Amino acid sequence: MYKNNNYSGKDRIKGFLWLFFSLFILWLLLTSTFYYQEFWVGIVISFIIAITTHEFYIRLGFPPVTPKRFGFFILYIFILFWEIIRANLDVASRIIRPSLPINPGVVIIKTRLKSDLAKIILANSITLTPGTFTLDIQEDRLLIHWIDVRATAIEEATEIIGGRFEKYLRIIFQ
Amino acid sequence: MTWGWWVTGFGVIFLFLGSLGIYRMPDVYNRLQAGTKCTTLGAFCAILGVGIIEPSWFWTTLIIAVFVLLTNPISSHAFGRASYMSSVSFCEKTKVNQSEDFCRDEDNDT
Amino acid sequence: MIGTIYLIIIGLGVVLCLLRMMKGPTAPDRAVALDTSVTVTTALLVLIGLILKRKIYLDVSLVYAVLTFIGSVAIARYLEGGIE
Repeated sequence: MYKNNNYSGKDRIKGFLWLFFSLFILWLLLTSTFYYQEFWVGIVISFIIAITTHEFYIRLGFPPVTPKRFGFFILYIFILFWEIIRANLDVASRIIRPSLPINPGVVIIKTRLKSDLAKIILANSITLTPGTFTLDIQEDRLLIHWIDVRATAIEEATEIIGGRFEKYLRIIFQ
Repeated sequence: MTWGWWVTGFGVIFLFLGSLGIYRMPDVYNRLQAGTKCTTLGAFCAILGVGIIEPSWFWTTLIIAVFVLLTNPISSHAFGRASYMSSVSFCEKTKVNQSEDFCRDEDNDT
Repeated sequence: MIGTIYLIIIGLGVVLCLLRMMKGPTAPDRAVALDTSVTVTTALLVLIGLILKRKIYLDVSLVYAVLTFIGSVAIARYLEGGIE
């Protein structure tokens, strides 16, 4: 599975720096101190991890950061949070009712997203939002378990389940 | 910081409801629905609430909460895929089942 | 006081997960119940740390979450039964 891809030097340096600084910031948040011993241990460990694993990071294929993408990403996080809270109230109200009002089904939806990372984010968002759960991904089709089936045609189900997220993800990843 | 206790309590209630869903739901897919959604928000709120009560712990609790938020859907998806692959049957309440179409198209493609 | 009540509620949740683990008809049922009880226990450890005023419990719960995430994915791959 592991192939030694030949990335250009510029890509390698860029990926290495992104990974190094995100790991180092994570370390600072975790220790939450600026004591010099902790500081230097953090730099050494981040350096070792970044230099050994930056190829995996490059293969994920993050798009270059622009202000527009960043803004839409923040907006996406807020929309996702709102949907998560709605999902929880919905599922919780189903659980506590004695009659257990569920109407489950398994449907297929299609996505127009191309990159793997975008598909991962879409699948995870679908898992976290009202009554839907990603079972499997196959090229551009997703198999969804739906706790309250309202549509069975592929286009209609796609619009109800994935439409909210897909339009933002397409802006972020293109 | 008293309102931290409210956030934690909100999370604790959802954690309990998620476990109740695990116990009550009829088949493994519905259990995953309840287990993923309720416990993700429940753990996120409960852990972050602790960070609000003790402000010096805030960043560490934020890391744990975001880690739970990112990894919980992934492991649940892995379990869902595993039970679908090992053909665990759907419960009799299931109205629509298009998973046969999904498999057949896959065979045609390859 | 409030913290103790929270701990009791979460403990009841863990007991429900354990009951499902004993009853569960298939292996995926038990694994799912285990995964849920792990998430609940992560929050439980953080709350215990708050009540006992020890920050070390936060590190314990973070390591617990990381290790059991890897364990859950490994169990799921095993149940899936493929070697891709």
